[in-house]
Amino acid sequence: MADPMHQFQIQKVVDLPDVTIPGVGVIDMAITNSTIAMFIAAGVVILFFGLVTMNPKVVPGRLQVAGEGIFSFIDDLATSVIGHEGRKFFPFIFTVFTFVLAMNLLGLLPAQFTATSQLAVTLTLAVMVFSLVLIVGFWRHGLGFFKLFVPSGLPIAMVPILFVIELFSFLLRPVTLSLRLFGNMLGGHVALKVFAGFIISLGALAAGGGFGLLGIPAAALSFGGVLALTALELLVACLQAFVFAILTTIYINDAVTAGHGH
Amino acid sequence: MDAEAAKLIGAGLATMGMIGAGIGVGTIFGNFLSGALRNPSAAGGQFTNLMLGTALVEALGILAFVLSLVILFG
Repeated sequence: MADPMHQFQIQKVVDLPDVTIPGVGVIDMAITNSTIAMFIAAGVVILFFGLVTMNPKVVPGRLQVAGEGIFSFIDDLATSVIGHEGRKFFPFIFTVFTFVLAMNLLGLLPAQFTATSQLAVTLTLAVMVFSLVLIVGFWRHGLGFFKLFVPSGLPIAMVPILFVIELFSFLLRPVTLSLRLFGNMLGGHVALKVFAGFIISLGALAAGGGFGLLGIPAAALSFGGVLALTALELLVACLQAFVFAILTTIYINDAVTAGHGH
Repeated sequence: MDAEAAKLIGAGLATMGMIGAGIGVGTIFGNFLSGALRNPSAAGGQFTNLMLGTALVEALGILAFVLSLVILFG
């Protein structure tokens, strides 16, 4: 059976000269299959929304309805969670959502590389979100940002313990944000490859004849399994993009309000 | 015991972390359904929270699965 992890191998397509950053070291720059997958995803998003806004009509056609649907979906999310300041963060949340959605969905096409199955990609996105939260929080509230970790109405004796717990879970946010998306994409694609491998290996049993002919219905069952898993993976792709976006919104809301509803 | 056998046993044990995730997701959906059957008109409004809670719980189970893959293939 073929190795299910082989699909995640990074292959260089164009090798660029190495970059030396003092203090960090030598960075091996290259255009890899992961980079190309991200370019394709960004291109698809830009193309889609370019087409949506090309001929805007008051009574929208189907494509415009789809584009406006995604737009208002994230707009409602941002304004319902963050409030009247939600519009300021809407471009960032919208970009993150559509980019992650495009990367997830494009990875399901045959022979395409899933960029979000690389921990580097999801960790970068999570670190960007976390940095935005920190910058916005400290810019607006200064050191009052630490009030986020002390929920109101707490007996004084519990404050030190709860502060440490809350601080730790806050620092864990970029970790879980990246690992959630990474794990879902990695696990889904590994499961798909494993079931697909069953089709071949069970079908090959049938060449032996006799009891091996049982391999053919088993291979058909595996094929059904791959179909069902692909449907599940479509759902998971959309759901994980949505969860990434909504968690980004909630974390930005924490930075904007810093513990007390402003 | 050689390393290959230990890897296989470790990978199998690591996936037992998904037991908790299964119980968690079942609890969330069960509570949602029992609430939705009492107040069907308010159920749709909570769908977003349902999906969010499910994803948060499922993330920990997926982490267990990824860890088992890391043990097996890393």
